[in-house]
Amino acid sequence: MTGVTSHRQRTVRRPELVGLGVLATVGVGLIAIAAEWITGVGATVIAIFLLAALVSVVWTAFVGGLDARRALAPYGLLKPGMLWLCLFFIAPLWSMLEMSLSSKKSRFDFLPSFTWEWGNFQKALTDFAPQFGRSFGYAAAATLLTLAIGYPIAYVIAFRGGRFRSLLLGLVAVPFFTSYLIRTIAWQSLLSDRGPIVGTIDKLGLNAPLEWLHIMNNGRLMNTPAAVIGGLTYNFLPFMILPIYVSLEKVDVKLVDAAMDLYSTVSQAFRRVVFPMSLPGVFAGSLLVFIPAAGDFVNAQFLGSPETTMIGNSIQNQFLVQLNYPLASAMSLVLMAVITASVLVYARFMGTEDIA
Amino acid sequence: MDVNDPVVALDHVHKKYGSFTAVHEANFSIGRGEFFAMLGPSGCGKTTTLKMIAGFEQPTSGRVLLEGQDVSQVPPHKRNVNTVFQQYALFPHMSVFDNVAFGPRSKKLSDSEVKKRVTEMLHVVRLDEFSERKPAQLSGGQQQRVALARALVNLPSALLLDEPLAALDLKLREAMQIELKRIQREVGITFVFVTHDQGEALTMSDRIAVMSEGRVEQVGTPENIYARPESLFVAGFIGSANLLPGVIASSGGELVVELQGGNKIAVLANNVAPGASHETGGRVTVMLRPEQISLGQQGDITVRVTDSVFQGSSVRVVGRMNDNTEITALVSVDPSHKTPAPGDNLYMSWHPQAPYVLDGWPDTAGSNSTNVDSIEATL
Repeated sequence: MTGVTSHRQRTVRRPELVGLGVLATVGVGLIAIAAEWITGVGATVIAIFLLAALVSVVWTAFVGGLDARRALAPYGLLKPGMLWLCLFFIAPLWSMLEMSLSSKKSRFDFLPSFTWEWGNFQKALTDFAPQFGRSFGYAAAATLLTLAIGYPIAYVIAFRGGRFRSLLLGLVAVPFFTSYLIRTIAWQSLLSDRGPIVGTIDKLGLNAPLEWLHIMNNGRLMNTPAAVIGGLTYNFLPFMILPIYVSLEKVDVKLVDAAMDLYSTVSQAFRRVVFPMSLPGVFAGSLLVFIPAAGDFVNAQFLGSPETTMIGNSIQNQFLVQLNYPLASAMSLVLMAVITASVLVYARFMGTEDIA
Repeated sequence: MDVNDPVVALDHVHKKYGSFTAVHEANFSIGRGEFFAMLGPSGCGKTTTLKMIAGFEQPTSGRVLLEGQDVSQVPPHKRNVNTVFQQYALFPHMSVFDNVAFGPRSKKLSDSEVKKRVTEMLHVVRLDEFSERKPAQLSGGQQQRVALARALVNLPSALLLDEPLAALDLKLREAMQIELKRIQREVGITFVFVTHDQGEALTMSDRIAVMSEGRVEQVGTPENIYARPESLFVAGFIGSANLLPGVIASSGGELVVELQGGNKIAVLANNVAPGASHETGGRVTVMLRPEQISLGQQGDITVRVTDSVFQGSSVRVVGRMNDNTEITALVSVDPSHKTPAPGDNLYMSWHPQAPYVLDGWPDTAGSNSTNVDSIEATL
C-alpha cells in the first residue's frame, strides 16, 4: 500500500454506504416531486440537491480508486432502473392510492381531494363484482387453454425440432410483428356472422352442439364469452410456449432412457420425469398469461358484448368516460391486490421456490 | 459365476446404421454372476452392443437372449436388465431416495417394500446418510453410487454399465474399481461393463470381450487375453508388446522365426496363436512383452541402447537391433548393476516360454506398440 492509495481510501471510507445512501435519497426525492409531496420552489431546490448528490457519487467513484469503484458499481448499475421505477411506477402508485381515498367535497369541484373515502373500495367491490368475476374466470380459462395448446407445441420444438428448432421458435414469435390491436380486430372479421368460420359451422350443421357448449349464442360466435376467451388465448399463447420450451430444452433425453430402463412406459416417463422438470416453465408461462389477461380490456371490447365486460373495460370506462378517478383508482388497486394474492396462492400450491 | 449358465447371450448379432456396420456378427455369452467387460477403442461398437442388450437398439439380424429368452424386439421397460448410464442420468428433481425408488415404484411394489429395498441398497453403496439429498448436492463419486443403487435395487438379471468410471478423476476411479468389485460380490449380479480403458478391464473383469471396428476380436480371461492374444490388434491393445515381424525359417518341434535383420527367435510349438502359419516362409509376428525381457552380457540378441527411462520400481530400456527395429524391455532396478545408458551395447534374453507367434505382419512393420506408457500408468 502506498501513501497515495491509503489517503484516497480515507476520503471514501465506506463507498458502499455512499452508493446506497445516494440511491435511496434520489429515489425518495423523485417520488416526493412526482407525487407532489413537495411543490413549487421546494421541488426545484430538491431537484438541484438530487443532481448534486448524483454528481458527487460519480466524483467519489472517479477519485476513490479501484476499490471504491467496485463497491459503487452495483448501485450505479441499479440507478437507472430504480430511479425510473421511482418516478414512473412508485410515484403514480402513490398518487393512485391517494386518489382511491379521495372524494369531491362539493359536486362543483373539478378535482377530488383526499378525505379517507373508504366508500370507493366498497363501491368497487359491490358494483363491479361481476366484472371482477368474469376477468378472473376468463383469464383462468385462457391460461388453461394456452397450457393445453402451448405445451405440446413447446414439447415438439424442444425434442423433435432438430435443425428446425430456431425456425419454429421464430414462427411462435411471428404474431408479435403485427400490432396486438390489429390482430384482435382481425379476429372480429374471422368470427363475424358472415365470416368463414360461422359459414363453415352452418354448412356442417354444428350449430346445435356448439350452442349446447355455450360457445355459440343464437348462431353467433362474436360477442360471446367464448370469443373473448379465444382472443385472450390466441394473443397470449407465445407467452406460454416460450418459457415451457426453455424448461423442456434443459431436460436431457437420457433421463427418458433412464426412466424406461427402470420399467417406465413412455407415458409414465413423461408423467414422472419430463413433466415435473418442466413445471418451472409451466409456472412462469401461467403467470405471464394470467396476469395480463386478467387486466386486459382489448379482447372484451372488440370481441365481446356488454355481458362480457371485464374489469379492465370498467376501469377504462370510469377513468376516461365517467371521469370518476377515485372509483377507478380503487378498482385498479383491488385488481392489483387480487392478482398478487392469487399469484402467491398459486406459488405456494406449485411449490416453486423461485417466486414467493 | 458359471459360463455354462448364460444370463446374456448374443447370437450372431449384426447392427447396421444405413450402410455402416456398427456391430459385426457378435456371438458370445455372459455367465451368471460374471464380471464381464467389453473393451475397445471408441467407435468399436461396444456401446451399441450394450444398448442392444438394454433394449435401446434393436439388432439388424441375430438374436439377443436374456435368461434363454429371445428379447431382441422387447422394449427396455420390459427387460429385466438395468443400466448405469455414462453421465449417470440421475433425475435432478428427485431426492436420492426417490431416484433409487423409481424402479421399484414402476413395478408397483408396496410402499413398505420399496422403503425396505431402497434403504438396504443405499446401505450397500454406503449412502445411508444421503437419502434426502438432491443429486446436485452430491460429489461425482456419490452420484455414481446412486446410479448403481438405482439400477441394482431392481435385482436385474444383468447390470449394464456404460463407461461408469469415465467421469471420475484418477484417484476416485481407482477407489470405485475396488468398490464396484465389492458391490458385485455382495449382490452376486452379473455385471456387463463397457470401457475403453484396458487397465480397468484387466483389473476388474472375470472375462473380457475385446472389440475393434465392430468385430469381437477375442473373448477370454484377462490372463488369457494378455498372454495368448489371438490377433495383432489384441496383442497391441492389451498391455504393451514388442511386435517383431519375421518369416518362419524352420518348423518342426518348435518354430524358428527369422527377423528382418537376420536375428532368429525360437518359439515353442504351443506358443502359436490359432490361425498363424506353421509353414516355412510364412509371415508371422513375434510378440515379446517388455517385462519378459532381461538384459545381460550374453543372450539371444544384441541391441544398442537408445533410451533408458527410470520409472521408480523399474527401468524402461529401449534398444535397437541390427536392423534398426526398436525393442523395449522393462527391467527391475538392480543396485548392484549400473543402469543401462544410451549408447551401451548389451544382450537381451528371455525365457524360452516367452516368445509368442501371431499371424501376419503389423501395418507398420517392426514398429513398437504405442501404448507402453498408458499400460504402465494403469497396471
